[in-house]
Amino acid sequence: MGEPVTNSVEVVDLVSHFGERQILHQVSLEVRKGEIMVIMGGSGSGKTTLLNHLLGLLSPTSGHVRVLGHDLSRLSPLALQRLRTRTGVAFQSGALFSSMSVGDNIALPLREHTNLDETTIGIMTRLKLEVVSLAGFETLMPAELSGGMIKRAALARAIVMDPELLFCDEPSAGLDPVVASSIDDLILRLRDAMGMSIVVVTHDLDSTFKIADRICVLDKGRVLALDTVEAIRASTDVRIQNLLNRRTEDAEPDVDSYLRRLLGEAASPTPESRLP
Amino acid sequence: MTAGADHKGLVGLLDRLGRRAVAGVAEFGFAAALFGESFYWLAMGKRRHQPVRLAPIFAQAMEIGIGALPIVTVLSGTIGVMLAIQGIYSLKLFGAESRVTLGVALSTVREFAPLITGILVAGRSGSALAARLGTMRINQEIDALTVMGISPVRFLVVPALIAMMVMLPALTLWGDLVGLFAAGLYIAPQLGSTMAAYGTEVAGLLKVNDLMHGLAKSAIFAVLITVVGVINGASVTGGAEGVGRMTTRSVVHAISAIVITDMIFVFLVTR
Repeated sequence: MGEPVTNSVEVVDLVSHFGERQILHQVSLEVRKGEIMVIMGGSGSGKTTLLNHLLGLLSPTSGHVRVLGHDLSRLSPLALQRLRTRTGVAFQSGALFSSMSVGDNIALPLREHTNLDETTIGIMTRLKLEVVSLAGFETLMPAELSGGMIKRAALARAIVMDPELLFCDEPSAGLDPVVASSIDDLILRLRDAMGMSIVVVTHDLDSTFKIADRICVLDKGRVLALDTVEAIRASTDVRIQNLLNRRTEDAEPDVDSYLRRLLGEAASPTPESRLP
Repeated sequence: MTAGADHKGLVGLLDRLGRRAVAGVAEFGFAAALFGESFYWLAMGKRRHQPVRLAPIFAQAMEIGIGALPIVTVLSGTIGVMLAIQGIYSLKLFGAESRVTLGVALSTVREFAPLITGILVAGRSGSALAARLGTMRINQEIDALTVMGISPVRFLVVPALIAMMVMLPALTLWGDLVGLFAAGLYIAPQLGSTMAAYGTEVAGLLKVNDLMHGLAKSAIFAVLITVVGVINGASVTGGAEGVGRMTTRSVVHAISAIVITDMIFVFLVTR
């Protein structure tokens, strides 16, 4: 706790299983203070699982996750709860509480974790709504918002406690390019104005290159590359280039195992068995 | 696919039986843990800066209790009259119809009011609780609470549990009164008596013990309904269809738990 913390997130040799299936293989990465780290990967690459580990929603099989200098698996529940007031999370679907108005959603962390009076809470709530350009929408219910507005409201709720570290899950997925781009701008603004470290999980290439300081490319549960935007662009790795150029993976050469799978004889498929 | 799932025949049957049994035991454990954790938050919430607040308890109590008042009134009244009719009919067989008040009073207060109120609230509020938690789960709202540092048990379960434990006995007491009154409306003219005389007779026959028997049961039913609703809601997987499936399951399980627990309670207490 005493030593100076230079990395907001440190993941060391993280291994994760879902039942018998191994999802993450020895994943290691670190997020520096004040940087935007984009964790990129296709569907099934394990990026959502990795995020859930960073959020402490899953327990690793082995390895460590340190957030703001604290090892998540060693924290007492009370300390974990305190740590969580210093981080913010914007979920893919927004995860706004559907029974509460937008304003109440955003005010909830303040009401639960601070002793501020209602006037102050109201001001801070409206302040964050201004930041995400949703001023005047606080009395609406989440069901009355559009997809882009829900994502922005979720961001407002994530930053209402002025976190040091912000996690965003697919912030621009499912949005039209203009709205998606406005969310990217918002994320950049948050980092510049508030000095947050931000972890973004996405499969959106355009927004990745726009906002990232560094990119972590995840593929089949392994870190394929972890580098700056320029280095990733210049990479000669075939799988990275496939991902960047939206090429499909090469067709499977192993006809035998293909036929065996069709006949249902093969054992449960592991990610490895599909590798050429 | 889990290992062993493709066994056929007897081995497969035993395999499935074993898995079901283990899952059932696990669910019991989950229920006990949930119940314990709820009281932990109730007692320790303040010290951990997560007090259980009064406003959500009140909101839940309105929804569970006041919202169920009309239907509890109607059904308790109906059952009171039904018991009176059946009572007089069966007692007439050996010419003892004047003793009908005793039978109706005891069976309403000790059995029918707690049971019918419990079943109604399980159908109304237990299912609503399961559906609400299930929807919150698939929308990641539960995860959102957790990562905000807000305990979902403290925030969602405890208010429902407290409201249920207060309102279900209260509704049962109301059901007692309505049931007895409605039974009297039928019995008094049948026996050529008055409501006032009937009332005095009921008051003389019922002991505090009988009343407490029914109310204690309804408090246990309240815990069962809440815990079953929460467990089923919390284990929803697979979208809207999953919510529907677990909601149905929660009603069936809650009503079964109520009836079986009722029998065990009566066996242990009455003998």
